[in-house]
Amino acid sequence: MTFTQPTIDLTAVSPLLALLATAIFLLLLPLFFRSAGRALLAFVAVIGLLISGVCLFRIPVVPISGFDRLLLLDPLAIAVHGALLLAALLTLLISLNRVEDEYLNYGEYFSLLLFSLIGMMIVTSTWNLLVLFLGLELFSIALYTLAGIRKMRADSVEASLKYLLLGAFASGFLLYGMALLYGASGTLQLNEMMLGIEADASTLALIYAGVILLFIGLAFKAALVPFHMWTPDVYEGSATPVSAFMSTATKAAAFIVLIRLLAHSELAIRFPWPQLLIVLAVLTMTVGNLLAIHQKNVKRMLAYSSISHAGYLLVGLTAASSSGDQAVLFYLFVYTAMNIGAFGVLSHMGVSNADERVDFESYRGMGYRSPFAALCLAVFMFSLSGLPPFSGFIGKLYLFSAAVEKGYVALVVIAVLNSVASVYYYMRLVVNLYMRDPAEELSLPRANAGLKAALFIALLLTVLWGIYPSLLTDLLAGISRPLP
Amino acid sequence: MPLEIIPILALLLVVLGVVGAIYLLTYLLGPRRPGDVKLSPYESGKEPIGDARIRFPIRFYLIAMLFVLFDIELVFFYPWAVVYRKLLSAGSFILIEMVIFIALLLIGYVYAWKRGALQWD
Amino acid sequence: MPAFEGINMSWFFFILFAALAVGSAIAMISQKNPVYSAVFLIITFFAVAGCYYLLQAPFLSIVQIIVYAGAIMVLFLFVIMLLNLRKEIRLPLHGPWQVAFAALFAAILLLQLVMFILAAVPTFHSAPGHGALSGGGEPLGLLLFTKYIYPFEIASLVLLVAIIGAVVLGRKKLPKEF
Repeated sequence: MTFTQPTIDLTAVSPLLALLATAIFLLLLPLFFRSAGRALLAFVAVIGLLISGVCLFRIPVVPISGFDRLLLLDPLAIAVHGALLLAALLTLLISLNRVEDEYLNYGEYFSLLLFSLIGMMIVTSTWNLLVLFLGLELFSIALYTLAGIRKMRADSVEASLKYLLLGAFASGFLLYGMALLYGASGTLQLNEMMLGIEADASTLALIYAGVILLFIGLAFKAALVPFHMWTPDVYEGSATPVSAFMSTATKAAAFIVLIRLLAHSELAIRFPWPQLLIVLAVLTMTVGNLLAIHQKNVKRMLAYSSISHAGYLLVGLTAASSSGDQAVLFYLFVYTAMNIGAFGVLSHMGVSNADERVDFESYRGMGYRSPFAALCLAVFMFSLSGLPPFSGFIGKLYLFSAAVEKGYVALVVIAVLNSVASVYYYMRLVVNLYMRDPAEELSLPRANAGLKAALFIALLLTVLWGIYPSLLTDLLAGISRPLP
Repeated sequence: MPLEIIPILALLLVVLGVVGAIYLLTYLLGPRRPGDVKLSPYESGKEPIGDARIRFPIRFYLIAMLFVLFDIELVFFYPWAVVYRKLLSAGSFILIEMVIFIALLLIGYVYAWKRGALQWD
Repeated sequence: MPAFEGINMSWFFFILFAALAVGSAIAMISQKNPVYSAVFLIITFFAVAGCYYLLQAPFLSIVQIIVYAGAIMVLFLFVIMLLNLRKEIRLPLHGPWQVAFAALFAAILLLQLVMFILAAVPTFHSAPGHGALSGGGEPLGLLLFTKYIYPFEIASLVLLVAIIGAVVLGRKKLPKEF
């Protein structure tokens, strides 16, 4: 057997290396310097994110690959890396909130957050099934741990356990799918295996089964509707910043892999993908919204709302076009800003770890007590429900028009109806903020600088991208099908 | 079937045969005079106290988890050792990549150590 | 299935190990005593290792024994001891329709599996790429340390994160108190 020296492209991995170095530093620093506090750790983490962002920015726009095509940075990957870095930045900043310090006051939290970010970046920038699986396990294991980091709370441990069990189950599906695809095609490169297969019945049977199993595994991670059961309990039990990160970044990573999987399997196998995606999109939107309406707990409401947003993203995926992919990316950016912002306000409302105050009643009259946070929450709710002029509206417009372009009018009608229905539960919260008197004397702690910064950035982006969407669409213009 | 499996199979058969024979012989030849002391569980000469199935402390679990992880790490060393000489002729990357691999796991080890995961309190 | 030439020794042993694996797996799930289940699981692992060996993947077979029959089983036994499981707790079924549905879906899945295997089996013969795991780990090493160096290093990251996760969740006290 012949062998060659491995090809190592340091430019391609420089964003990952910057994050890795930061994560290890954050892990070890508190062990040797006990006085290293949360502010210092978060500061180091933010610096690491910024360096990684700069490295990402320096990567040329043409698709580059490293490690013998195991790593591929195409415009899709670079764009989603940007969204992931934004999600991590906002999450870090809201983790600085005073309430969270009971359990986040040590290096593991920040380190694991960065490790999960690394995993997501690995997953989104490869066509190789082996790398895909390892990256997926990397971010999943980090998130299982983060979900259970509030060990004094039983529901946090329960969240961790549920996420672990169902996540391991999903990984099983993924692995079976990958094994079948490899058995049928003899290659691990997802973009090549669909092109080179022989179209005889037995190979197609393997490919069908493999692609479906892979799809199921990813649907678990993206919380699409028949595979969404874990979402509310996990988001409710996890610490608020962790839920914020899981609801946005995990979704982004899973959707990019779904795009990659569908982009090539659509070409090769005659499978009724559009029909399947339409059914899933309708189910995901409707079930998410219907269940969100009855929630009394704001965190659970946001969990169900995140399921319905996965449904809207599926509408863009159904279009299976360049504009559809761009719309999905646009929406992922927008959703990251507004959703982490909303979770940030939730974190602000908490009195302590034991008393998070996440029921709707707690928000009564908040508009007069804590005007800035209430204003932010109102804007995020408007944007999440898709009302103009906020970016949530523009994002949905792009998603739905990409689907209409391909003639999926009925699907878009259902999506718009869902969107209208969702206004009800988002506005219920806003009504509580401004139109009802506070039931009790609210003594909110002062928001700290990190939380304020996070809310400000999220608010700014939500408004700005709504008014000037070209700020974002220009960055995403390079994403096109067919993918390299 | 590859021929090199024959010694392994032979060993397997010999082991099974010897163990089976010992059990059979003690069953056939050994005298049976049961008594209270003889029927009690063997605990190195001590009087048995209670049930053997007690609840283990959770600390064992952490140790076992760490054992599994470092055991999996070990698996990567076998193919590395086999090809080390061959690949060294093509450049020192074979050494560097394993150094990086071990360094990352060493960080995990230092972390577990400093966090007291290996302490028995 | 490897392309064995007719009925010979390999074929015989492969069927033997495969039957042993399936049989002890069934025995494992039907046992009431969790320790017995664990013992049957060990037999399954060894039988699968035997299958790997006969599929010309001796390295994988050894790894199967070291990692699964060795390390993972230790973990299983620890969990059984930690939870002090004495007898099986029977969870109540949600009415007779649950059994009916479960049976129906199981039958559908079984049917699908059979149809699928009948349709797909010819492909496995020609599946390229096996051989990387053959021999004493050398072909694997040559691939892993040249072409697949990127996933190899990611694997060490996964292990590192798993160590952190085990320590964070496994320690009773919060790390702050150390």
